[in-house]
Amino acid sequence: MSVDYTREVSVIEGNPSFSAVNELISRPLDERPDKKFYFALAITLSMLGTGAVCLGITFWFGTGVWGLNNPVGWAFDIVNFVFWVGIGHAGTLISAILFLFRQRWRTGIARFAEGMTIFAVMTAGLFPLIHTGRPWLDGYLLPYPNQHHLWVNFTSPLLWDVFAVSTYFTVSFVFWYIGLMPDFANLRDRAKSRIKKIIYSIFSLGWRHSHRHWHHYEMIYLILAGFATPLVLSVHTIVSFDFAVSILPGWHTTIFPPYFVAGAVFSGFAMVQNVLIFIRKIFNMEHIITMDTLEKMNKIMLLTGSMVGYAYGMEFFIAWYGGNPIEFFVFVNRAFGDYAWSYWVMVSCNLLFPQLFWFKKIRTNIKAMFVIGVLVNVGMWFERFVIIVTTLSRDFLPSSWGFFTPTIFDLGILIGSFGLFFTLLLLFTKTLPVVSIAEVKAVLDHAQPKHHHGE
Amino acid sequence: MSDKKLYSITALFNTPDEISKAAEVVTNEGFKKFDVNTPYPVHGLSSRMKLKPSTLGYFALALGLSGAAIALLFMYWTMSIDYPMIIGGKPFFALPAFIPVTFEVTVLLASVGTVLVMLFFFFRLPNNSHPLHDTEYMKKVSVDKFGVSIEAKDPIFDAEKVKQLFASLGAEKIEEIYYDEEEINHKHKIFEPRFIAFLFVIAIVVSGGTYFTLNKLLYMSPFNFMLDQHRINPQTKTNIFADGFAMRPPVDGTVARGTIPYLYKDDPEKAGMLLSNPLLATEENLALGQKKFNTFCSPCHGYFGAGDSRLNGQFPNPPSLHSEKLIQWQDGRIYHVIQVGQNIMPSYSKQLTENEKWAIVLYIRALQRALNAKEDDLK
Repeated sequence: MSVDYTREVSVIEGNPSFSAVNELISRPLDERPDKKFYFALAITLSMLGTGAVCLGITFWFGTGVWGLNNPVGWAFDIVNFVFWVGIGHAGTLISAILFLFRQRWRTGIARFAEGMTIFAVMTAGLFPLIHTGRPWLDGYLLPYPNQHHLWVNFTSPLLWDVFAVSTYFTVSFVFWYIGLMPDFANLRDRAKSRIKKIIYSIFSLGWRHSHRHWHHYEMIYLILAGFATPLVLSVHTIVSFDFAVSILPGWHTTIFPPYFVAGAVFSGFAMVQNVLIFIRKIFNMEHIITMDTLEKMNKIMLLTGSMVGYAYGMEFFIAWYGGNPIEFFVFVNRAFGDYAWSYWVMVSCNLLFPQLFWFKKIRTNIKAMFVIGVLVNVGMWFERFVIIVTTLSRDFLPSSWGFFTPTIFDLGILIGSFGLFFTLLLLFTKTLPVVSIAEVKAVLDHAQPKHHHGE
Repeated sequence: MSDKKLYSITALFNTPDEISKAAEVVTNEGFKKFDVNTPYPVHGLSSRMKLKPSTLGYFALALGLSGAAIALLFMYWTMSIDYPMIIGGKPFFALPAFIPVTFEVTVLLASVGTVLVMLFFFFRLPNNSHPLHDTEYMKKVSVDKFGVSIEAKDPIFDAEKVKQLFASLGAEKIEEIYYDEEEINHKHKIFEPRFIAFLFVIAIVVSGGTYFTLNKLLYMSPFNFMLDQHRINPQTKTNIFADGFAMRPPVDGTVARGTIPYLYKDDPEKAGMLLSNPLLATEENLALGQKKFNTFCSPCHGYFGAGDSRLNGQFPNPPSLHSEKLIQWQDGRIYHVIQVGQNIMPSYSKQLTENEKWAIVLYIRALQRALNAKEDDLK
């Protein structure tokens, strides 16, 4: 098989016209939602409601209703936080890092992945807030001049988290909005109803598709991608500092930042891939979110999954090689102690199953990749559980050892977090273009002047 | 037609190649006030339009550096100056531990700030009343056409010549764009009743919401659970003790920490004879005495000890501290009055420390001396 590498591969299949792309992407916004949409919404809202009830009970009676105890003071709340922040990382990777690497295949999925970033970070942000037990006092997390003349502790990783997550959310949101602005203008110009037109006009800020604007717009996109790239790496690094900067065996390791970032991208891609499989089918976007795109995402999952697997191995090696008996005990305890089952769930889901992506047949099989994607997310959730709970449950003194069992409220809030995330996603698909109209047009085969092709 | 004001003449093209050529020709013709509108950024247009490279990067640099400086200086001020505290054995200015927050603030200010600069200063947005809005032209370039628009304000603008130019370039459609009369003549009235009402509603909602949250909501369940605890509060009743008081008196013979028993309670003369002021008349001690005198003594005796405070006339008048009797008194005798009280004056033994009492005595002596200065005090 001979491939001509000098020709650029089309990222959008079938070479559709500009107006066909425009129509296809904006159609879901014009039509009334169908029964399937309401059915899906009913499910996610029930999940969200479950979470809300459990959360209400938590606020009333305190975090004592959770399974937390002494020594396991961090459990589902922090596990969920790390999990959801991680999910968000794929979106920024796709929108920023792949943009810097000039990966044009990102165009079809960037908008949706960025949306997932925002919703995932919103979901994640809830957990540290409710974890304080009295979320109405969370204002004290911010350094503001208060009547106590006290400031927050700027040397604490937990405070770094406050800054990292809120910056991450803000910058992701701005990035998303800047990408949406031309699309709002597009929707404004084709809107039939007056109310829609007003709403789109407000959000488009009066964008005129002017090249004098596009000129700066492309620059700001580059600048934002340039800032978002180190930012996304810093966020999960700082999340890992919550653990690595402490002196608990099993947490106090320098491998944590890269290991956490790789894991975050890994789980995020799995989630994006899972959701996109549905989106491309439901909205007839198989030629925009192509099989080639999905395959490339699977390759990234294979890469990051292997990095995570390497980190698992290296942690064990260093625990033995470092000669610290307490450290070594913690790792043996992870694999063979009370929570051994969760450890092996993690290893099989994260290390073994993604290795199937070495085979092109599995990489390009929708059903197989979907199942592996789900397993990856299960595995990554358990990874955080293993890291947090096994370490805490074995305190330094055997007399202080404990065991964490989740209560129904822990599980309810976990379900509620999925409910929140998917409710927001569903509403997103019906209110905003799920694929960037302007960006997809720009990467169509006939979109750029011929003498400039390949620029 | 004649009363309408022309904004620009526009032309639509079908392909990116045509618009590239059109942009190049229009630029070379010498037009300055023109724009190209495309549904997505077309590569190569910027150089054809001879646009200067975007300067946004400099703004990002400046904003990023200010973000870093602001974050570092703020942390330095809070952690090293305003409320220095040793945490985890780190120095007050723990630079490595300040890096994460510095980085985040840098990124935050640089990205959000640059975007705002671009939107508001480069683009002059939001602008929903631009003449190009709501035209067929805009609706076409939004989807799949590529347009050029030459403004009537351009110094070399000539309607007929522009149309000819567009036609020679093979434009699909040439359209004249006029200012919207209504929008030109529209005046924003700040004192429009609806706007005032809107502000009024906002003020009511915000202030009402704030009042409700701070003064009512936080005292409702579950927000008040910390206030409602299983314990007896001071100054309340209880039936646990026979006397019904929640607070207990100290056990007989209890001596509070640091207490020195006062031996001359009933013998002021002996106090005057035996006690002497341990403090020297240093500037520091006098300053302390002044401070405490102004706090505790001046409300009755007046700032200069003349017995002329604002309470004068409402109670039995407090005596002047400049009487012959007081000048004759030993230091210990004055101390005795502060310690035990006299007539209607209560004891100040609880409010003042030993040092402060003696410092007040020193200060009273200074006040007395000030009214009866000797010749050699001037030296």
